[in-house]
Amino acid sequence: MKVLPLSELPTGQWGRVVSLKARGMARCRLLDLGLVPDTPVQAVRRSPLGDPTAYRIRGALIALRREEAGQVLVTPFMILPAR
Amino acid sequence: MFCVSGINTAPPEAGPGGVNEAHQPEIRDRIVKTIYREAEAIAARVVRQTGPHRDWEHKVDDILTSRLLGFPVMFLLLGLVFWITLVGASYPSQLLAKALFWGEERLSEIFVWLDAPSWLHGLVVTGVYRTAAWVVSVMLPPMAIFFPIFALLEDLGYLPRVAFNIDPLFKMAGTQGKQALTMSMGFGCNAAGVMACRIIESPRERLIAILTNNFVPCNGRFPTLIALASIFVGPAAAPGFSSLAASFTVAGLILAGILITLLTSWLLSRTILKGVPTTFTLELPPLRLPQVGRVLVRSVQDRTLFVLARAVTVAAPAGALIWVLANISFEGQSLLARGAGLLEPFGQALGLDGFILLAFILGLPANEIVLPILLMGYLSAGTMVEVDSLTVLQNILVHERGWTWLTALCTMLFSLLHFPCGTTLFTIQRETKSLKWMFWAAAIPLAVACLVCFAVAQTVRALGLV
Amino acid sequence: MPLATELRERFNIHPDPGAAVIALAGNPNTGKSTIFNALTGLKQHTGNWPGKTVLQAQGTFHFGGKKYILVDLPGTYSLLANSAEEMIARDFLCFARPDATVVVTDATCLERNLNLALQVMEITGRVIVCVNFIDEARRKNIFIDVDCLARELGVPVVVTAARSGLGLTELKTGIDALVRGQIVTSPRRLIYDPDIEEAVARLEEKIPGEIKEWINARWLALRIIDHDRSTLDNIRQYFEVPEWGVLRERYKYCPT
Repeated sequence: MKVLPLSELPTGQWGRVVSLKARGMARCRLLDLGLVPDTPVQAVRRSPLGDPTAYRIRGALIALRREEAGQVLVTPFMILPAR
Repeated sequence: MFCVSGINTAPPEAGPGGVNEAHQPEIRDRIVKTIYREAEAIAARVVRQTGPHRDWEHKVDDILTSRLLGFPVMFLLLGLVFWITLVGASYPSQLLAKALFWGEERLSEIFVWLDAPSWLHGLVVTGVYRTAAWVVSVMLPPMAIFFPIFALLEDLGYLPRVAFNIDPLFKMAGTQGKQALTMSMGFGCNAAGVMACRIIESPRERLIAILTNNFVPCNGRFPTLIALASIFVGPAAAPGFSSLAASFTVAGLILAGILITLLTSWLLSRTILKGVPTTFTLELPPLRLPQVGRVLVRSVQDRTLFVLARAVTVAAPAGALIWVLANISFEGQSLLARGAGLLEPFGQALGLDGFILLAFILGLPANEIVLPILLMGYLSAGTMVEVDSLTVLQNILVHERGWTWLTALCTMLFSLLHFPCGTTLFTIQRETKSLKWMFWAAAIPLAVACLVCFAVAQTVRALGLV
Repeated sequence: MPLATELRERFNIHPDPGAAVIALAGNPNTGKSTIFNALTGLKQHTGNWPGKTVLQAQGTFHFGGKKYILVDLPGTYSLLANSAEEMIARDFLCFARPDATVVVTDATCLERNLNLALQVMEITGRVIVCVNFIDEARRKNIFIDVDCLARELGVPVVVTAARSGLGLTELKTGIDALVRGQIVTSPRRLIYDPDIEEAVARLEEKIPGEIKEWINARWLALRIIDHDRSTLDNIRQYFEVPEWGVLRERYKYCPT
């Protein structure tokens, strides 16, 4: 199973959250956004200058900078989740 | 006492001190996970998606945030908003001015009929009424156009996209993209922009956003910029393109303001507000077709009338005060002229003159009254003229006062960059709970304004361009 | 124990014996303020939450001969107190104990919004869920089985499209019925992992009765397990209880 930081997920691609590297407040904030293990996330679009990136997380489009998204480890998968 | 197997609820004696910290994220993780799992399960039973999800808004979003078009679209929209405001406001503005100055004549007739002393007429009609009338006729039409257009963009959900596009620039400056949202609010009113800085979680970044908010021109300064751009840039452009040229000049000034915001933020986050940019989480809500009617009503009600009422309440007493200053003479010169004389050398160094500088200082209560003060200052020396159109304004500035394009440029730059109005400063004091930051919020922009105007004026003169 | 009105006054709610206090909770961008404006019209005033630079909006409306004070809570994703806004929303629900709480959700991403609804329901059972943007959802081919949602949650659900004014009367009717006790809710209870549940059960017993009267003991036990220091701090501050052994004891061991 290939695991990579969310920040490296190519746009258009879906990934499933494996774990969070962040600790403390940063971790709580990511959890609040719904980034708990097994959550499907899609990298939707990048800002014109390459960062931040907007991710589809549980139905909402949320922009995260490379630093924060790098704290989330995901495993990519090809098929759209049947949701 | 309450040692529960498997869960660390034990007092510290039961184990090494670090146990709690180590277990805390684990428990929080499991709690959040359970809640989201449950939400997922309920949603799975309740929500049914039939047919495709992709829609027009995805395509629009692709354009609005595209690598190639994201920035051009942003600038084009900005220019377009100003162009519509400028073109749409000019005719109603003239009409309103005509009506209000007709009212002034009637008011004067009443004073004559009452046999009122001339100082009373001067104070009430030339001071209070004329200043208030100027503020209404110059401000109301652009506001009644600008605010609703802006509210429509807001309702569409465009503003978070701007923050999304522009975040890397703010990150380089040591802050974050939400500052762009607070700046957008500043276009309406800097006090509102300062209040909007609450959306920035990090105190350091919030403070930077507060201190730099006035680099976006608020509604009180737009009319000044628009009027000067129309007079000095409009006629210089090819026929038929004058309003377009004027509006893109204003848009260019705003870009300059944004650039200076970034530079000042960068400087601040490396000096008095040191720190690294913190996290940035921004939801991009779905684009939604604006509810035009509702938005228009609310924006006129909440913003246009509110800001106008505030401007008039400040302008009316200020008008009286300025009239007094312009008409009380000391050794054959009015106080206003004396003050201007004192400031003349500073004004000249900045590409302005004493009257302009004085107008900005006296305009501290509200930026809307800077231009009326300036005119009253100019006119108190010469003949009284009714300023009911831009042509008359042009005559006064260019022919009677010898303004060049450099004077106009420096006035616009000074207006764009100088200290925020009294209300905004008061708001900053309230938001930061500190007089120190209020002081900085006035001092930093003033320094920037003087520096930029001085540099521009001296360069242009040295190059012999005027 | 302080009186209900005293606690409410600390959140800038002026005592009004005839009026019911309604909280408006919801994620950001769910049209919460549109609903607030639509319900209260021009009868609203804004200020700050006490001690915080967070905007507080209050408004009133009348329905069925009763006066309602509507309090707009800050838009948050959760109530786990990771920010000033989340703390305010949580404290208001917990200490001011509104007579009913409307959770505004976005029909186009219900799952994310249910997260907050479930958390609100852990604090108070007097909840009515408002599924907003129903028109947008239909346009996007998303269908919501409202009856099923109401059954799943155990609280009334109202569907609205606040931007076009749809469903607002139903919302008011729902609030009214809830406040008058014509609707009795049975909010869904979240079941956590067995070891957490076991700890909650044990802790719940140890919470003093006077606090249980005011605050949902299960929720409070969960916060203690979660080492949520701010909740405990606030309980001390709001109730001024000198003697509440177990909590204070626990509080000492909570990491900052």
